[in-house]
Amino acid sequence: MIENLQAALELVFTVDVLTAIFFSCLFGLFTGAMPGVSATVAVALLVPVTFFMSPVAALASIATAVAIAIFAGDLPGGLLRIPGTPASAAYADEAYAMTRKGEGERALTISLVCSVIGGLVGVLALSLSAPMLADFALEFRYHEYFWLAAIGLTTAGFVCGDNPVKGLVSVCIGLMLSTVGFDMISGVPRFTFGYFPLLEGIHFIPVMIGVFAVAEVIRNLVQPTSTYLVEVPEKRTGFRDVAGTVYRYKGKAATGSVLGVIIGALPGAGSDMASWVSYAIGKRFSKTPEKFGTGHPEGIVAATSSNNAATCSTWIPSLVFGIPGDSVTAIVIGVLFLKGLQPGPTVFLEDAPLVYSIFVAFLVANLLLIPVGLVAIKAARQILRIPTRTLMPLILVFCIVGSFAINNSMMGVSIILVSGVAAFFMQENGFPVAPAILGMVMGRLLEENFIQAMIVADGDWLAFFERPIAATLGAITIAFWLSPLAVALIARARARRVARANGGAT
Amino acid sequence: MKPLNRFNRRGVLAVAGSVFMAGALMLGSANAHAAWPERPITLIVPWGAGGGTDQVARALAASMEANLGQPVNVVNRTGGSGVIGHAALAAAAPDGYTIGTINVDLSQLVCKGVTDLTYEKFTQIALLNSAPAGLIVNAESPFNSASELLDAIKAEPANTFKASGTGAGGIWHLAFAGWLYKEGVDPNKVPWVPSQGEAPSLKDAAAGAVDVVTPPLSSGLQLIQAGKLKALATMGESRFSQLPEVPTLEEATGTDWQVSTWRMIGAPAGLSDEMRDNLVAAVKAAFDSESFTAFMQERGFSKNWKGPEEARAFHQGEDENICVVMKAAGMVN
Repeated sequence: MIENLQAALELVFTVDVLTAIFFSCLFGLFTGAMPGVSATVAVALLVPVTFFMSPVAALASIATAVAIAIFAGDLPGGLLRIPGTPASAAYADEAYAMTRKGEGERALTISLVCSVIGGLVGVLALSLSAPMLADFALEFRYHEYFWLAAIGLTTAGFVCGDNPVKGLVSVCIGLMLSTVGFDMISGVPRFTFGYFPLLEGIHFIPVMIGVFAVAEVIRNLVQPTSTYLVEVPEKRTGFRDVAGTVYRYKGKAATGSVLGVIIGALPGAGSDMASWVSYAIGKRFSKTPEKFGTGHPEGIVAATSSNNAATCSTWIPSLVFGIPGDSVTAIVIGVLFLKGLQPGPTVFLEDAPLVYSIFVAFLVANLLLIPVGLVAIKAARQILRIPTRTLMPLILVFCIVGSFAINNSMMGVSIILVSGVAAFFMQENGFPVAPAILGMVMGRLLEENFIQAMIVADGDWLAFFERPIAATLGAITIAFWLSPLAVALIARARARRVARANGGAT
Repeated sequence: MKPLNRFNRRGVLAVAGSVFMAGALMLGSANAHAAWPERPITLIVPWGAGGGTDQVARALAASMEANLGQPVNVVNRTGGSGVIGHAALAAAAPDGYTIGTINVDLSQLVCKGVTDLTYEKFTQIALLNSAPAGLIVNAESPFNSASELLDAIKAEPANTFKASGTGAGGIWHLAFAGWLYKEGVDPNKVPWVPSQGEAPSLKDAAAGAVDVVTPPLSSGLQLIQAGKLKALATMGESRFSQLPEVPTLEEATGTDWQVSTWRMIGAPAGLSDEMRDNLVAAVKAAFDSESFTAFMQERGFSKNWKGPEEARAFHQGEDENICVVMKAAGMVN
């Protein structure tokens, strides 16, 4: 291993590879910060350029662009409440609440530090336990994926604020939207009303842009309350303060990173789910869950470390079995082949120097993230100095361009506008919108795996608890569902006992 | 009133001027027509970035770019099981600057009546490759040959085995159901577990969630070499070059049953012959290039060239043949 690492270091620390890393770093920063241009699109745009690079430079530049783009997605999410990626959507509200308190820089710096921590844990997992984690991922069948999606959906309960009923309505809207389109189970179109662009379904990225960004623009249009987005004076943030905050929530960063690695290694689950689940678990086991949603860094620590860890571990099934972990690694597999690297379990033996150089590139990218990220935060913060009446039209323009770019069609633009108006009315009436996004992300996974599980088990419900991992995940899910009930019962019993004790005293 | 009038007259002049300019520009472009391509070419892929077709298209585009000196932009227009992208290609201007990939899936959708995009809606440029279905099981499966699997399916009660490989009615579903039908077995005896695509179904087979999957051996090569999956047969006319020990279905069971997916490059209908010849030459040069050949070989994709007339006849034949099989397998009414 040591000689492989040495060979890898020699491969990476050459002028052309480092140049490629540097430019893809800038590229990742720019694309990630553009709403609508996800990490997937960034990589797809990068592929033609990699044809002209050496294998190490090509893979290193992709690894770098992804790692940076995922962090860069937090920038518009935190400052403007426009999450750049679905993974950032889990904590965009939280970070934005901090920005409104004048703590934007603090929120983003915390997010940066935790992104780096998560990324480093992910690299470590990738280099030390890739074959083992890949084998573990193969233990997951339809039933396990169903429970995973159920847990993911349950996390809506933790982001819906103080009115669970309205949160549930929002989740259901998301679930319903996820059923639109050509259904692969039955092979027929659903809810498309014969309108063929709807065959492709309603993609959650334009909806996300709509409900967060466009709704925000409309709100500012209707109630132009302030000249600037942030009225309170901006607080300066020392690195010591950030380090202290992260250290205080070090447990959250650790569980977030580990969850990110595990969920990321499961093909089809990916960093979006990792981020939502970590946020929810962070809240569930927090000492101060009531502070979540009010601009509290704890949730950001858990979620952002998780999604960066997941971006590394999604490479595991791709490298070991040639199964893409998500849409980014699907493109990566093509590049691997193009560069003469055959994914497979032997990749760690036959092409060891090349594989280890990917790990080193990830490491370099994550370390590079610190200075680049700090500069980007300082620069991006200036956006808040633009008067609202100039900023809002600009945001709208970016949203329209971004949503058009997703599929190069006007469909995306229509979706952001419709969902923006709908989200505006929802929020005016106290309905949270984040659960709707979650419903859309999880809906298809939940439904497909449920039906696949039922077909495979000939309709046997008990099969959902037959295998150990499924049974464990099922038990966790049901415990999550029952926990509010149990808490309420215990509270009532305690209140009664207190009442009785008081009654006895008087 | 007077100033308004003057303003109007000036407006008219400006419009006339811009019309003239536009005309001159168009004339200019018409003159430069001989020097095709004078601007970037768009290559529409109806599937997501990273899939098999996308990879082939991108590799081809890179080679074309190098030869033509103009960018060839791959644009993924996904959704609707490929209808969206194919429709976008058919609806594009037949000016030689928009081409796209056409897949076997389109013939199936035509048969189902989901779309009316028959072979007539396109100008076929060339067939690039075809990949036959496979018969793949988990490495720990008790079956070591296609005939053992078939015997077990015949002997055991319905619902004992589950198969997967694509969404309901997809090409690999067709390959499996049609095979059973040809062997005199009711295809519904082995329930089909719909899957988002080849890669997810191969993962499910490796996890032991389903008994048999039918994507091409080239797609499952890594998992087969990793010892997680076992290839029983290929549904092609000859063996797969990278796994020469795996027999064809005909060799294994004596039944001639072949199903392949194919990819071609097409343009909208109504393309001029001159422009078609330009495109055929450009695609052929890229097809024969060293980098494209190396890519296809490494990826385990076969290369089969069919020129424009041949490709058009082939597309027409597939529109008919696929429908015959789908009706036989009970997939369309």
